[in-house]
Formats: sequence, structure tokens, C-alpha cells
Amino acid sequence: MAHRRIDVSKIGDVTVVKFLDKKILDETNIQELGVELFGLVEQDNRKSILLNFSHVEFLSSAALGKLITLDRKVKAAKGRLKMSNIRPEIFEVFQITKLNKVFDIRNDEAEAVAAF
Amino acid sequence: MTVDVMGNHTASAAGADQPTAGSWDKQIDLPSERGASRMIMEELLNHLGVYNWSPSDIFAIHLAVEEAIVNAIVHGNKLDPAKKVRVCCSVSAELVRVEITDEGHGFKPQDVPDCRLQERLEVPSGRGVLLMRTFMTQIAYNARGNSVLLEKQRSAPAD
Repeated sequence: MAHRRIDVSKIGDVTVVKFLDKKILDETNIQELGVELFGLVEQDNRKSILLNFSHVEFLSSAALGKLITLDRKVKAAKGRLKMSNIRPEIFEVFQITKLNKVFDIRNDEAEAVAAF
Repeated sequence: MTVDVMGNHTASAAGADQPTAGSWDKQIDLPSERGASRMIMEELLNHLGVYNWSPSDIFAIHLAVEEAIVNAIVHGNKLDPAKKVRVCCSVSAELVRVEITDEGHGFKPQDVPDCRLQERLEVPSGRGVLLMRTFMTQIAYNARGNSVLLEKQRSAPAD
């Protein structure tokens, strides 16, 4: 599947996803993002997925919804999802909504990859 | 309708080392289309920069206003092309006020379930109002529930 919203690479068995948008905001883009992320689980059968947020400066609650749905799909497929490189303002959004208790969030990519 | 009123001083008239005086005020009617917030957001963010708001305050205001406009378009006006969302912004050095009004029936904010409850943590929607409340100094709905006023006071500078 061609990706427009994410860059996908592999480190060992871990699929590393980088977001191409600095602002995950536009609802059309968020729809596309969801399709691309869910395809990693449902079409490509990726079991170990790391979302690297290093490029991301802003995200809305609609984007949080896609992350929650992705997390549920990964868990249903007996896979593992981790997140890393989240800037403080966005981490605060995860804390406010208590999603930091739902998601496995690591400081950086190396720490996250080592934790799979 | 678009009304753009600059305060009594423009940014260029103020010295770099003194706070920008006056306020930037704007009213705009947005169509009830996904993505319509961009018709006001860039200008609002630019003016927060002009009035020297901090990056973390700008993040907070951006998020709260975006969530409120999306709620008005999607939940308030239900994407009805015959309905508009009115956004009134006022930015000054110390205070930001943004009022967002849709043409829907309104809602009761107290009826929105708390998304932080264990059984709701994994529900994909319903976080916008909590984020608005947390990131702004004050938010208030009118009685009908179709208009929200967001206010933020400038945060004290970090030591």
C-alpha cells in the first residue's frame, strides 16, 4: 500500500512508523492516516509497531481517536504497539486524557525498540 | 461576513522590547465543512505570535479552538451546508477570548461522559471538551449549549 501520511521502515522485527505531517489536524488527513495505520495490522500483519512522533508538533482529539483504534486492533491481533519521541506539549495531552496509561510510551526510538 | 479591526497600535508600531498594545479582533462565519477552521486558525496563530504568546500557550489555544470549531461544525451544525459557525476572536498581550457559535440545537456539556473513566479510556471520541477545559483559563457555554466562550490568560513565564 502506498503511504501518504506515514513513512514505514524496519529495525529488526519492529516496524517503525514516522508521521509525515507536522500537524495531525486536518480531518481528511486523519482519515487517510487511520487507513494507512490500520493497514499495517490488518493487511500487512505487522505485530510489533513503533510510532515515532519526532516530527509531530500538534495533534487533535480526532487523531487521538485513530491511535486508540489502532491500539485496539494491534491488541486484538496479539501484537504490540509502542510510541516514542513525543514532545512535552503532546505528552501533556496524553496525560490529561489518561491515554498515557493506555499506551506504552518510551522516551526515544532506541529505548522503545529495545522494549519489544 | 468578515470584520477585521486592529487595535490602536499595530505590531509594527510597537518597539521590539515593549509589549504590543491594543488588541486584534476578528469575526468570521465559517462554512460547516471539515477543515474550515483553517480559514481563521493561521491568522489567529500569527497574531498570538505578534502579541508574543509563548509556544506552550499557543499550543493550548490552538488545540482548544480547533476542538471547539470541529465540535460546532460536526456535532452542532452536523455538516449542514445551510448553517454557519461564527467565530469571534480577540487577542491582546494578556488575554485571548474566542467565542464559537453554531446554529445547532446545543448540548449539555455536563452530559458528556468523563473520558478518563476506566471503562471509557479506550473509546475513540469524546476528549475535545476535556482538553478545552484543561488548556484554557475558563470556558463557558450559553444556556442553549450552542455557543462556547474560551478564555486564556497569559501564563506566568517559566523560571
